[in-house]
Amino acid sequence: MAEETKAPEQSTPSERPRSSDGPRTGGDRPSGDRPRFGVGGRGPGGPPREGGGGRKFFRRKKVCKFCTEKIEDINYKDYRLLGQFVAESGKIVPRRLTGVCSPHQHRLSAAIKQARNIALLPFAGRAS
Amino acid sequence: MNRTYELMFIVRPDMTEEDLDKLIATLSSVVPPSGGNVQRVDKMGKRRLAYTVRRFHEGIYVLLVVEGGGAVMHELERRLRVTEPVIKFLTVRVDEEQKRLDKIKKLRDARKKVSAQPAAAPAAPVTPMTPVTPEQPAVAPAAETPATA
Repeated sequence: MAEETKAPEQSTPSERPRSSDGPRTGGDRPSGDRPRFGVGGRGPGGPPREGGGGRKFFRRKKVCKFCTEKIEDINYKDYRLLGQFVAESGKIVPRRLTGVCSPHQHRLSAAIKQARNIALLPFAGRAS
Repeated sequence: MNRTYELMFIVRPDMTEEDLDKLIATLSSVVPPSGGNVQRVDKMGKRRLAYTVRRFHEGIYVLLVVEGGGAVMHELERRLRVTEPVIKFLTVRVDEEQKRLDKIKKLRDARKKVSAQPAAAPAAPVTPMTPVTPEQPAVAPAAETPATA
């Protein structure tokens, strides 16, 4: 019963996306031990959040391309591989769309930024 | 003193091959005095740049793998900054990454080797152990075993 919307005191905002600052102190809700990641394919638990447009059911589980193909060397030099994770505008695609797992996304992101610096990938605009 | 660095730089596209070689030789000669050694030089050829750099749309990419301490790279980069044909460069330290990749490769190879061993065992005579064929008549096992082997 303590998990429900206790009272409209101040626990309601903490039900919303965790990335924003909810009432972290006090611990009136057991949200302290929940991971404070941004919204994503965490599962349609509870009320549907504005994950990707307020849809109730999340997409089928996309797998990380690097984990399945066992690619460990994410280098700034292979711009073709990196280019798959870059949008038309040159932006790095978020991992909830590509399904890349977190450690690989970090390495990928670092590699893309290095490639951008050495003009293998653009900062903005179409990749040639 | 066993750090490995990858230095990639872009040279203006209107450089001739021999000028490029001269430039690479000049840079490589800087390395040993500062206590390093050039492991590999890779001329990656002319490529179209993703964006305009110093009003150039194309450039010749060169990769230099250098082993040495930080002072070597410091000196190399200083030289590159003043060299006129070089329009961009990027230094990346790769020894830690290489260590990690080697470790993973070793693990994977070891795992593959372990799983490859049982493949040799079934080829050996397994006849006395076949639990499937019940040895009812005394004649049958003798006749069946050559068939199952």
